[in-house]
Amino acid sequence: MRPDLEIIQQWIAPHSRVLDLGCGDGSLLHFLKTSKRVRGTGLEIDRENIDRCLENGVNVIEQNLDKGLTNFLSNSFDTVLLTQTLQALHSPDSLVEEMLRIGKNGIITFPNFGNWKSRLYLSSRGRMPVSKFIPHQWYNTPNIHFCTVKDFDALCAEKNIRVLTRTVVDSQHQGSWYMKAWPNFLGEIAIYHITNDD
Amino acid sequence: MPNTIPTDSVGLVTPQAHHFDEPLTLRSGKVLAEYDLVVETYGELNAEKSNALLVCHALSSDHHAAGYHTLEDDKPGWWDACIGPGKAIDTNLFFVVSLNNLGGCAGSTGPASINPETDKYYGPDFPVVTVRDWVKSQVRLMDRLGIQKFAAIIGGSLGGMQVLRWAISFPERLRHAVVIAAAPKLSAQNIAFNEVARHSIISDSNFHNGHYLEHNTYPKQGLMLARMIGHITYLSDSAMRAKFGKAPTELGTDGDNFGRDLRTGKLSFGLSVDFQVESYLHYQGERFSEKFDANTYLLMTKALDYFDPSVDFEGDLAKAFEKAECKFLLISFSTDWRFPPERSQEIVNDLLKAGKEVSYLDIEADQGHDAFLLPIPRYVNALSIYLKRVHGELSSAAGARE
Repeated sequence: MRPDLEIIQQWIAPHSRVLDLGCGDGSLLHFLKTSKRVRGTGLEIDRENIDRCLENGVNVIEQNLDKGLTNFLSNSFDTVLLTQTLQALHSPDSLVEEMLRIGKNGIITFPNFGNWKSRLYLSSRGRMPVSKFIPHQWYNTPNIHFCTVKDFDALCAEKNIRVLTRTVVDSQHQGSWYMKAWPNFLGEIAIYHITNDD
Repeated sequence: MPNTIPTDSVGLVTPQAHHFDEPLTLRSGKVLAEYDLVVETYGELNAEKSNALLVCHALSSDHHAAGYHTLEDDKPGWWDACIGPGKAIDTNLFFVVSLNNLGGCAGSTGPASINPETDKYYGPDFPVVTVRDWVKSQVRLMDRLGIQKFAAIIGGSLGGMQVLRWAISFPERLRHAVVIAAAPKLSAQNIAFNEVARHSIISDSNFHNGHYLEHNTYPKQGLMLARMIGHITYLSDSAMRAKFGKAPTELGTDGDNFGRDLRTGKLSFGLSVDFQVESYLHYQGERFSEKFDANTYLLMTKALDYFDPSVDFEGDLAKAFEKAECKFLLISFSTDWRFPPERSQEIVNDLLKAGKEVSYLDIEADQGHDAFLLPIPRYVNALSIYLKRVHGELSSAAGARE
């Protein structure tokens, strides 16, 4: 399992209902189903991934997140997941709101563009960062809405979203005390557990 | 003519007739005192009788879903692309049951059968049967075969509607529902096409109010026209362009000719058949009229029109699904304009609302509604993957019991 998924699975209650937006090959939902008996559904548009979900017995619906989630009832899930997909959405802000309409809480992970490596790349080379982790050129990247930890904090504040937990890790998904101290500078992947509830 | 049977075919098959003499009360209130269901099965039923899979047919097909009846047959069964050893519906893994529905004309009791009470053809007196009635009769067949629970029930189009009815009315008797190119109920446009088809049959002078068999005739023109209309709705614009438009290289131009291939190479400037598409529709209509019973066609279209499982639940399909226990797989095709992807998505959304386990694939395909019968790689592959999983669950369930 991807190490960021290892971290977020701790926040998912046994026997809960989980909606995974952009569920990939369904490995997280499969893990949650077998280890926590959750009732999961994934949305995905990649055909290969959809086949892998079917193979794993993971419920998967071919649905494009950019076309909205109006077909899902309010409060019909406990947790709605969005891992490493936020930056590829047309309207990430409205999708985050939709997540918290559909679920009681949401978990979002995204690559932190405020990371020192991105800053260094841009400031020293004057070009959009390209790395092993995010290998695309600016013109063919699926990632059209990069943001930083600070940006996402601001979005949450603006929309009255409560951040239950915020953690950052590096590309090896190791956290450390200095990342906690300077998350926007040192964190490569941001992981948020959010809710609308008071 | 196959001459030699392909290795991935179920081979030569013989239909079996099952007689039922327990009266069947139909949704209309009428009672069918006794009836026959003609059935084909492929593969072996395992010792636990857990690997049975029911295939439900659509408007004009029947129990002959796979294999050949004789070595002289020009074509195998209607879903041979998917049913056979190693195919998506793998007869090495599953025991596949396929029947001709009540009211049909391929061996099960229908309008062209003799009514034992009168010793005459049922004709127009055969009661209107609904999807619900079919499923009730299928349950009796299942009991007869000693099957407690189907591993999966699969159907496309009207067949998919039967699968939905199973999931709603007999939730404990299936593990998986595979619903392909279906709709939760017909739209006004769908009903309109059906009515034109029915009207063309009924207004044929050889229809004789449905008693045509007693007059040793049948409403050939009406049936032809009904089938021609139906056929247009099964194909897509793009499928017709491809089928009746020569390849651009052959035209010597860059563009396509919109499927306007001529039959003889020149226009007749008369009322004879000019274009290939016309000739094709005439051929399809003619062939169909020779093998299909007109009264059955009327009944089948009525069954389609009447299908709406939400009627018992204040029009709320999600409520109808509440008692369903099976897992669902829905599949739609992008150019299907008879039951477009949006209609399958309505079902998916109501299943989600009801909190059911559902997967859904929206397959890109040019072939229109007909796509569900064709070997479209992504579709067939996904079906195969899904059913392998279904089979895997059977073995792990059996392992857990031991």
